[in-house]
Amino acid sequence: MSEQKKKELHVAALENGTAIDHIPPAQLFKVAHLLELDRMNNTITIGNNFYSKKMGRKGMIKIADKFFEEDEINRIALIAPNVILNEIRDYEVISKYTVALPGELVGIVKCNNPKCITNNEPMPTRFDVIDKEKGAIKCRYCERKINKEDIIIK
Amino acid sequence: MNGKSLVSIDQCSREDILRILENAARFEANPNRALLDGKVAATLFFEPSTRTRLSFETAVNRLGGRVVGFQDASTTSSSKGETLKDTILMVSNYVDLIIMRHHLEGAARYASEVTGIPVINAGDGANQHPSQTLLDLYSIQKTQGKLTDLAITIVGDLKYGRTVHSLIVGMSHFSPTFHFVAPEELRMPEEQKNICDQLNIPYTERTDFTEDIINQSDILYMTRVQRERFTDLEEYERVKNIYILKNGMLKNSKDNLRILHPLPRVNEIAYDVDDNPKAYFIQQARNGLFTREAIICDALGINHLI
Ligand SMILES: [Zn+2]
Repeated sequence: MSEQKKKELHVAALENGTAIDHIPPAQLFKVAHLLELDRMNNTITIGNNFYSKKMGRKGMIKIADKFFEEDEINRIALIAPNVILNEIRDYEVISKYTVALPGELVGIVKCNNPKCITNNEPMPTRFDVIDKEKGAIKCRYCERKINKEDIIIK
Repeated sequence: MNGKSLVSIDQCSREDILRILENAARFEANPNRALLDGKVAATLFFEPSTRTRLSFETAVNRLGGRVVGFQDASTTSSSKGETLKDTILMVSNYVDLIIMRHHLEGAARYASEVTGIPVINAGDGANQHPSQTLLDLYSIQKTQGKLTDLAITIVGDLKYGRTVHSLIVGMSHFSPTFHFVAPEELRMPEEQKNICDQLNIPYTERTDFTEDIINQSDILYMTRVQRERFTDLEEYERVKNIYILKNGMLKNSKDNLRILHPLPRVNEIAYDVDDNPKAYFIQQARNGLFTREAIICDALGINHLI
C-alpha cells in the first residue's frame, strides 16, 4: 500500500464525523479528556504514535457523527496548538482547519492563584486570552496573568 | 453583571473618573446631603479594615442612608461554610447597595455577577481597591489644580503595592510622567511598565532615592517597604533606610510638590516631615470620605448634584 493510500485511510475511514489529526502523542489523552470523550456515546477511534512526516509521531482521534462547535474544539489549542481538524461527510473531508485559542476560556483552566475566589467557591473559572500567539491568559476574577507553560487544565 | 458596580479602577474611563472627582468636590463643599434617604447599604467586611469601613460608613451616614453589615466573617454564616454567592444573595434581599471587602481576590467581581444590586469593592486581597485610587486622584487634582501633565514619583515597594499599580492605571488617562524608585527586588513589574509603553507614558526607574528626583516631582507618592517582602534579608537591611523621606530632602523641591501616602505608614516618612506644608497624607485620608460619597452616589445612579 502506498504512503498516500495509507494516509487517506487514516482519515477517510469515517463516514461522517470529525477526525482530529496531528496531536502530539504526549497530549493525546489530555485532548480526549478536554473534549469529554468519556461522556460520549459516539463511536470513537483513538490512535497514537502514527508516523508523521511533520512531527515524527502523532496521535489521532476520530469521532463518528460528531461535529464540534468552534469554542468547544478550540479549547484543545491550550495544550496542542497545531492540531488539525477534519470534518468529514460522506467519506469526504469537507473542511480542514488548525485549531486556535478562543477569546475566552470558561471552566477549563484552573487559576494558579490559591487566593483567587475561583479556587474557594463552587464556580466556573473565566479566563481572557490576552495573547493568542504566546498563549497567555488572564483570570477575569483575580486578574492574575498566566503564561502558557504555567497553565493548569482542570 | 450590574453596570454600576465599582469593582476595579480598570473599568473607569477618563469621563467616569472626572465625573466622580467633580462630585467629590461638591461633597467636600457640603458633605451632608440627604441623597440616600430611605436607602440601606450593607458593609460586608469579610476581612476587617477599620479605616476603610469607617470611611464608607461615615459616607453613607452623611448621605442620610442607613448601614447594616458585619466586620468579622468569623461570626457570620460564611464561617459555617456558606458560599459567598449565598451570602451575597441573602443580603441582596435587604439592601440597595453592597460595599464589601474580602481577603480572596476576585470576590467583588464575582459578587457583582451574582447580584442585581450594585457592589462597591472596598478591597479584594492584593487585587483591587478602587476607592483608594480615586481618593488618590482626588488628592492629586485638588493639590495641583489639575490631573494632566504631572511628574509623579512613586517610592518604595513597587512590586507588590496594589495601590501603586492602580494609581498608574488611574493616572494613565492624564498624560503623566512617572519616576519609579525602588530596591532591585521590589521593582515595578513588567506588566505595569507595558501599560506605560503602550500608552506612550514616559517613565524612569532608579534604585536611589535622592533630592535630585524629588526636585523634579509634582507628586511624591511614598509606600511602605516591608521586611517580609524580601527573599534576601541582607538586601532588606541594606535598603531599609534608603527609602525614608526626611524633611531636609525637601528643601529645594517645587512649591507645588505634595507628599502622598496610602497609610498606615511605619517609618518611611520621618516625623519631621509632618509639619512641612507639603505633607498631605493626613488630608489625603480625609478626602476619602468625599470621594466615597461620590462613589456611592455613582453606583446608585444619583448623578445630579448641585
Ligand atoms: Zn484567578
